[in-house]
Amino acid sequence: MAAPPRPESLALLDRLMAALEAKGVVTEAEIAERQANTDKASPETGARMVARAWTDPAYRALLLSDGKAAAEQMGVSMAGAPPLGVLENTPARHHLVVCTLCSCYPRAVLGYPPGWYKSFAYRSRAVREPRVVLAEWGLNLPDSVEVRVVDSTADYRWMVLPMRPAGTEGWDEARLASIITRDALVGVAVPKVAGPRPAA
Amino acid sequence: MSDAPRFAPGATVRVKDDWPERRGPCHIRTPHYIRGRTGTVVRPLGAFANPEDLAFARPAPKRTLYHVLFEQEPIWHEGRPGDTVMVEVFEHWLEPHPAAPGAAGIPEEA
Repeated sequence: MAAPPRPESLALLDRLMAALEAKGVVTEAEIAERQANTDKASPETGARMVARAWTDPAYRALLLSDGKAAAEQMGVSMAGAPPLGVLENTPARHHLVVCTLCSCYPRAVLGYPPGWYKSFAYRSRAVREPRVVLAEWGLNLPDSVEVRVVDSTADYRWMVLPMRPAGTEGWDEARLASIITRDALVGVAVPKVAGPRPAA
Repeated sequence: MSDAPRFAPGATVRVKDDWPERRGPCHIRTPHYIRGRTGTVVRPLGAFANPEDLAFARPAPKRTLYHVLFEQEPIWHEGRPGDTVMVEVFEHWLEPHPAAPGAAGIPEEA
């Protein structure tokens, strides 16, 4: 746990806030609203978007062409958020998202980034030896699949649209969303059907 | 800066082999590992205020940002052929690649 903030730090924060308000840069209410939106955001939002894309071709097309609009359609406030790009996994291509420069992450739809996403180890290794990193996560992709690392270096934020696994035929959106994890939306995992699979 | 993107999807481009870090304080969003490397434009992503100016509170004109695709193996001298890395790169970091032998980019859907 972090140490509690020191009184002089809080005083400095108060002076900064007063200056920002006085200059018309941002109001305290706007900061509170953004904070509330950030706290509310979680990987469940991204999971709901993917589940809908798996069942609704028109929504899938929107998600791939304009992630921000697709998020807003699910009731997510994207005001002031960076553009959201969505990367479509296919049988021939798997995407893995990393930010080698800092820790850019699609917070509006995935919430706060996990600690490992911000670690030097992940940031340096994901871009250089992605298959080794994926194998450590338990994901061994065949050589026939292109691994495409997406380095989130600038103004976009990126989320992966994983492939819908076999054995989910007839599932409704809520049930589909339940197997879409944060890790699958970053690309270090793929959605799996738990328990015994129906006979093929 | 002109509004129209200079590079079209599929164009072979070279990232400038430039190291502003050596000349003084700066804020660069172009990772070291692609400097001087050849890649293929996937698509323009729109125009965004230049972070190199924004970081110092200077007027920041908008610059076109691209998704550029690189083969992993030539960058690291390891990895599986066919694996790639896609990076957001601002237009002022890109130059057209002279049509040199062996400079073919990776084919990419539009």
